Amino acid sequence: MLLPYFQALESGSIGSAIRDSLWLFPLIEAFHLLALAIIGGAVLLVDFRLLGLGLKRQPVAMLANDAQPYLVGSLLVMIASGVPLFLSEAIKCYYSFAFWTKMTALALAILFTFTIRRRVTLADETRVGPMWSRVVAMTSITLWSLVGWGGRWIGFS
Amino acid sequence: MFVHNLMQWMADTEWSVGLHESRYAYTIIESVHVWTLCLFVGFAILLDLRLLGVTLKRVPVSEILTRILPWTAVSFVLMVVSGVLLYFAIPLRTYHNVFFRLKVVLLVLAALNAWVFHNGPVYRRLAVWDSSPATPRSAKVAGVVSLVLWAAIIFSGRMIAYNWFDCETPQSAFVNVIAGCVR
Repeated sequence: MLLPYFQALESGSIGSAIRDSLWLFPLIEAFHLLALAIIGGAVLLVDFRLLGLGLKRQPVAMLANDAQPYLVGSLLVMIASGVPLFLSEAIKCYYSFAFWTKMTALALAILFTFTIRRRVTLADETRVGPMWSRVVAMTSITLWSLVGWGGRWIGFS
Repeated sequence: MFVHNLMQWMADTEWSVGLHESRYAYTIIESVHVWTLCLFVGFAILLDLRLLGVTLKRVPVSEILTRILPWTAVSFVLMVVSGVLLYFAIPLRTYHNVFFRLKVVLLVLAALNAWVFHNGPVYRRLAVWDSSPATPRSAKVAGVVSLVLWAAIIFSGRMIAYNWFDCETPQSAFVNVIAGCVR
């Protein structure tokens, strides 16, 4: 059903330019990886704290606020570099199970991170049970890991 | 030439061939390498940014060093183990890969930078500036150098996958020298 759209996207000028270039794809992907490291640090710092690991003497809300600009900034770089990568091989992505897994996980991860997780990290810590904190952290780590693994496996298919 | 032959021998071992030809082992190891990158470089970047006085300003530097650095140490071990296995799967080609060679040099420089910071005067005076959002100049230098090096390491690591400078294809004299191509 979506295949014609994916075909149109692949034959667009951005996709063609990347396919015709020897070094454009690797270069964009290197930026994608760099942003991955930053988003990983920003997400894991707070999730570790929710699990009682890492900077456990600092308030959750403070760490979450400090990490937030890096989370948002690197997410924007991820999307800005991920879209052209996708455009260069849209049809391959259409048939890739890893791609659809990644996109589903990404939508859920973004939704979860900016609603429930944001609320829990900024809430009064005495009112958030340790169990609830752990569930939020594990959900966040699982969803973002799925995004990362899915992304890496697009390249293997 | 000796190392070239050693790598040729390694490439012919049963384990190397098995890793290289396996359907899942190589891809799983590479996924572990990439996942651990988030933990290792992600946390290293946070420390660097704190040394720059850019983020986590209200967290004492010593807190980050004692509570975050152990995690970077654990993840570094995972990075090295998975990285060595990836090398072991394709030893000869990787040995002659210019990006791999660049990455090794950059890793040594990053280790050197960390060592200089942990053994320098600014670290001995840590108690003085530990809780201050503003950091001394040499701490900032260590942070910037580390950020640049890790970015370059990620770049060169990603580029190892490409065969632009492989010895099998005609290369300029310069590439032949830095790739150690055997002719």
